[in-house]
Amino acid sequence: MKIMFLLIGCSMLMAIGFLIAFIWSVRNGQMEDDYTPSVRILFEDKPIKEDSEEN
Amino acid sequence: MGKETQLLTSTCFHCGDGLPKSVIPFDNKEFCCVGCKGVYELLSKNNLCDYYELADSPGLSLKNPISKVKFNFLDDDQIQRQLLQYRDDKISRITFHMPTMHCSSCIWLLENLYKLNKGVKNSRVDFLRKQLSISFDHHLSSLREIVELLSALGYEPSLNLNDLEGKKKQQNSNRLLYQLGVAGFGFGNIMLVSFPEYFGLDSFSSSYLSKLFGFLNMGLALPVFLFSAQDYFISAYRSLKKGIVNIDFPLALGILVMFARSSYEVITHSGIGFFDTLAGLVFFLLLGKWVQQRTIDTLSFERDYKSYFPLAVSVLHNTKETTVPVPQLKIGDRIIIRNNEIIPADSILLKGSAQIDFSFVTGENDPIEKVLGEVIYAGGRQVGSAIEMEVCKTVSQSYLTQLWNSEHFAKAQQSSIQSFQSIVSRYFTFALLIIAFASAAFWFWFDPSRSLNAFTAVLIIACPCALALSSPFALGNSLRMLGRSKFYLKSPDIVEKMANVDHLVFDKTGTITQAAESNISYYGEALNEIQSDYLKAVCGNSVHPLSKKIAGFLPDSKQPKFLIENYQELSGKGISATIDSVTIKIGSANYLQINPKSVVDVLATRVYISIANNCLGFFEITHAYRAGLSNLVSNLANNYKLTLLSGDNDSERERLSQVFPKNAQMLFNMSPSEKMLYIHQLRESGEKVAMIGDGLNDAGALKVADLGISVTENTAHFSPGSDVIMDATGFIKLSNYFNYAKCTLNVIHMSFVISLLYNIFGLSFAVQGLLSPVIAAILMPISSISVILFTTVSTYLFAKKNQLF
Repeated sequence: MKIMFLLIGCSMLMAIGFLIAFIWSVRNGQMEDDYTPSVRILFEDKPIKEDSEEN
Repeated sequence: MGKETQLLTSTCFHCGDGLPKSVIPFDNKEFCCVGCKGVYELLSKNNLCDYYELADSPGLSLKNPISKVKFNFLDDDQIQRQLLQYRDDKISRITFHMPTMHCSSCIWLLENLYKLNKGVKNSRVDFLRKQLSISFDHHLSSLREIVELLSALGYEPSLNLNDLEGKKKQQNSNRLLYQLGVAGFGFGNIMLVSFPEYFGLDSFSSSYLSKLFGFLNMGLALPVFLFSAQDYFISAYRSLKKGIVNIDFPLALGILVMFARSSYEVITHSGIGFFDTLAGLVFFLLLGKWVQQRTIDTLSFERDYKSYFPLAVSVLHNTKETTVPVPQLKIGDRIIIRNNEIIPADSILLKGSAQIDFSFVTGENDPIEKVLGEVIYAGGRQVGSAIEMEVCKTVSQSYLTQLWNSEHFAKAQQSSIQSFQSIVSRYFTFALLIIAFASAAFWFWFDPSRSLNAFTAVLIIACPCALALSSPFALGNSLRMLGRSKFYLKSPDIVEKMANVDHLVFDKTGTITQAAESNISYYGEALNEIQSDYLKAVCGNSVHPLSKKIAGFLPDSKQPKFLIENYQELSGKGISATIDSVTIKIGSANYLQINPKSVVDVLATRVYISIANNCLGFFEITHAYRAGLSNLVSNLANNYKLTLLSGDNDSERERLSQVFPKNAQMLFNMSPSEKMLYIHQLRESGEKVAMIGDGLNDAGALKVADLGISVTENTAHFSPGSDVIMDATGFIKLSNYFNYAKCTLNVIHMSFVISLLYNIFGLSFAVQGLLSPVIAAILMPISSISVILFTTVSTYLFAKKNQLF
């Protein structure tokens, strides 16, 4: 049963990792605007026309 | 094919407006004005035509060109310093509010601003708040240049006095998010660790692992108890100090008892305690708080005159024009107000022809003509050519701004409407304490060892979690439902105020009348085609609102153009002109020197016409009431007392009395402060008043009322501070909104009953001293989730039933 100590330790580390990730995301402002990124991700940068003609 | 269809469309390629007769063609596309063409040219030069592919005709009409000197004030160092959020020797950062932002194309263009201006390093849009934050190199381009570029693209940022007076406080809900995260973390992990206990695995409960799990739970619950739940302790302590028992008191008590008893059990190895219930309770409570805090970010409900007045104004100083920040205006300064600019302080008109649009102040849409030497109140917007004025009162002393400094306004008292939760929680807490002490006393008599156990169990199980959740979820949901119907509430608790109101007070102009529209009809000899064309040509020459209306009413002329001679416009009287040597006169009866045959109907404005000195008839212009008004009023009259307040004279009393019921009060000639006082008196007499109005002149009344609803044609435009901002299209649904608020209150009552049933069930265990951690751990989440589900589903169904969408 001593393996339980290791398992519990691992699971706690993972959980704390996720908590830290959450706190980081709040700090980073990811919770402030939950709409614009959903639009922004659909924009694509087209290659500039003159460049593509030259190539 | 694509090009052909583009040519066939009759709308402007840039802004999507209908095309005028004189189309401006460019690059195989059609544009309605030079401004729109200019933007297209600029974008196509910079390879930014993706703008037009992301949405159909995304552009904003640029028919009203912006004056070149309009943004010169942004070069002023002092103003810059107040506007910029950050500045070092290279980079400046600023956030603009941009009410015209409306689609994904806007986001794309604004975030690609760096392609149009070399100075811009980075620009980022927050669409829901309609904000754009820009970092730019102020050596490469100035703040003025960037604002001018944005305005040229049609995205004029709103810069107003409010921005100058201290940076806006950032609404920080981050703390709540952290608390919620920590509570969720604790909740999940404690449950995981408690599984062996739930399933009664004997090998665990006897071994050292059980002790380890107990301490692990305690360690996980500690941050939940100390950090996530701290607001409940603070709130309970504060209200106790004031002698009030609010809902947070039994919650805090339950949490405290739970933590103390569980810690005791773990330390003495007599059990594993209620840490799972504790963390779950705090998690659900914070979830409710978070739902309640999510309000509508797009709209600002705290706007006063400061968010309406401009930042700076042109001042004439020894024939030299400079820009001066508005707060620094002095009495005697000569200011220049150009087309579409707002007069920032009460001033005397010195030069130029003033057509002042007071629509923001009074809701009245027609510009009012002012003569030289007249005092013009701050807040009006000049329409037409530039005028020169002399400031006669400073901004803070002006007529309208004084409304805000008035005594009643500052003391806008707390609403007398108490929330259901606050009423219930008082009784609930006392009942809870009585049960707890009674069961403790009972067991002390019969079996003292179980006494403390029963006492704490009652406080733990009866912790009114479901009760505390019902209001936030029901109110938060109905806020969103009403928002979908374009009825925007400042905060969720406004729903309860709506449900309790018993007296509705309406403003007239702009609220029950439609600002932009009026009915116009012609009475007299029938006009033939030529006469009609003459009249249209003459009226089209004038900027007077009545002439514009008549010109719009008359059919389009088939003839190309007439040569208008001897054109003469006398302000307040009428116009005269000669076309094809026929004299045409349009104006008041007095001006045309005729005695009206029929009795003058005071309900409407009449414009008489005469062609070749022969009076043919008159146009009658009346204000249009909103469609469905009489239906709405008769619906509301069943349940509410109704009052009408108007700043205008009582010329429309008769027409209105056909709409409003007999017992409804109608008061005319009310000044803004009289309106405010009237509402104040109604409230003093114990009525619960909702004021429905618009414009700055109602701002006082809106603020003083229990519930202020401001009606606006366009929610992106200015509307005075109020509890509710309502899109004018939803006006006829007003009775549905009020009904829905009542339904929401019923939902809260019902979910209260549900949570009470759960409590009684749990208490039946607790008073016997038999409460096991597993029962608590099951009961608490089930009751919370069922209340959340019930409120969410029923508020949605009621919204459907009341035809909100």
